[in-house]
Amino acid sequence: MTRAVLRALERELLVFARTWRGSAFSAFVQPILFLAAMGLGLGGLVDEGVGAGGQLDYLEFVAPGLLAAHALMATAGEALWGVMGGVKWMGQFSGMVATPMTPGDVYGGLVLSAGVRAGLAAVAFLVVAAVLGGVASLWAPLAVVAAVLLAMVTTAGLAAWSVRRQDDLTFSLIMRLGVIPLFLFSGTFFPVEQLPDVLEPVVVLSPLWHGVEVARDATTGAIDGWTAVHAAVLVALVLVVLPIGMRGFERRLTP
Amino acid sequence: MNVSAVLDRGRIAPPLDARTRFLRMTERNVVGYVRHWPLLVSGVFEPLLYLLSIGIGVGALVGDVAYAGRTVPYETFVASGMLATAAMNGAVFDTTFNFFIRLKYAKLYDAVLATPLEPRDVALGEVTWALLRGAFYSTAFLVTMALLGMAESWWSLAALPVTVLIGAAFASVGLAGSTFMRSFLDFDFINLAITPMFLFSATFFPLSEYPDGIAWVVRLTPLYQGVALCRALTTGEVELGLLVHVAYLAAMVAVGVAVAGRRIDALLRR
Repeated sequence: MTRAVLRALERELLVFARTWRGSAFSAFVQPILFLAAMGLGLGGLVDEGVGAGGQLDYLEFVAPGLLAAHALMATAGEALWGVMGGVKWMGQFSGMVATPMTPGDVYGGLVLSAGVRAGLAAVAFLVVAAVLGGVASLWAPLAVVAAVLLAMVTTAGLAAWSVRRQDDLTFSLIMRLGVIPLFLFSGTFFPVEQLPDVLEPVVVLSPLWHGVEVARDATTGAIDGWTAVHAAVLVALVLVVLPIGMRGFERRLTP
Repeated sequence: MNVSAVLDRGRIAPPLDARTRFLRMTERNVVGYVRHWPLLVSGVFEPLLYLLSIGIGVGALVGDVAYAGRTVPYETFVASGMLATAAMNGAVFDTTFNFFIRLKYAKLYDAVLATPLEPRDVALGEVTWALLRGAFYSTAFLVTMALLGMAESWWSLAALPVTVLIGAAFASVGLAGSTFMRSFLDFDFINLAITPMFLFSATFFPLSEYPDGIAWVVRLTPLYQGVALCRALTTGEVELGLLVHVAYLAAMVAVGVAVAGRRIDALLRR
């Protein structure tokens, strides 16, 4: 990666600035609808029923879960099909590496721009969640960090896979058998303690779980040493995956 | 040499029966998907994973909910909502995103129309395939519900044809809608219609959680008809009033087919 990675980031953000309206619903409105349905509607049932444990309303419990989960769900498709598009279907990556940008810069630009966009979505989500009463602490802005890191991990990892493929046949499988299970079982909607005992330890392998923990500690004000540990896991994941993706982009895009 | 002599020698394909030739379009999809069977089979898991997460995971936090004058476990309540939603999602996805990719990018229909098949056969064949696929997924979901004890009545068997009706309603309206799409950017409108229905059609929580005015709006939405039917059948709370929901869905089929039929011809021959 060279300093031209900033040009790659600029390119991605410029495209986003011109086309964001087309994805405004899925990027900004959809997570808020989920929050209204799950936090307010379903939350009414949960709070009348057994409850999510502790003193948290269900709305307060699920809001940080949805915030983090959205960072994963919204970037996964873009990293898989978007990268295949850039390499093969539309081929703009070939154009980019014909400039002083290296293949690593193209990859780095994608990862950074995913972080920026997820950060914007997370800020919008937090504001609405706070208005609805789902945010209990002034530490809440830290949750944005969780969203940014998750988006970067997701993009770095899935782009590293996509750039090595010749077609998109595996992508739906990754979404259905990888991304969606993570979304549903990483402590997003119910505490991981409820998972079967065999599965509970497995959850440490889920990047989303680490992100949900950071976000939930932030919005509920339960910041402690573990919050830092979970954030460090996400940073470490980005650092481990980046070289793998870089190699993939270099092999595929070096003319 | 006359035509029948040429046919006898097998030089050109025999004419296809105009009434059944749309099945060639369906057959094409069957062959294609059987080759990529993991893609087909993996579709079974998505609604099941939702059922385990929201039904059993969140269900443990909820306990029972009031329904039809008694209480049912939350997982039973939400399972029927998932069943109807999965039928809608599958049908909409097949007739919008998939249809559009095939139309604009894969140019599949250009190839199809170079054969004796007509635009009408394309539409019928694609919808037939969407319904077959949907019936396969619904069967898998219903069997799972039964195994987990969430199907409380033999009426649950009738939920299968109901999911096919839900699929037909959304497939025909989806296909009609696709013909108005200009580019992929317009597909955010589909999410705009589908996501609120998925979340707010009494799928995850009963109408009683809404203020009265909003509850009435929900009662008028298309997916609510399917959810109400599936829920009544899987819990055995069957009554004559359910036919209203059937009529609503049947009307969607009629309107969708009429609009799609008129527009698809122009679109494909362009």
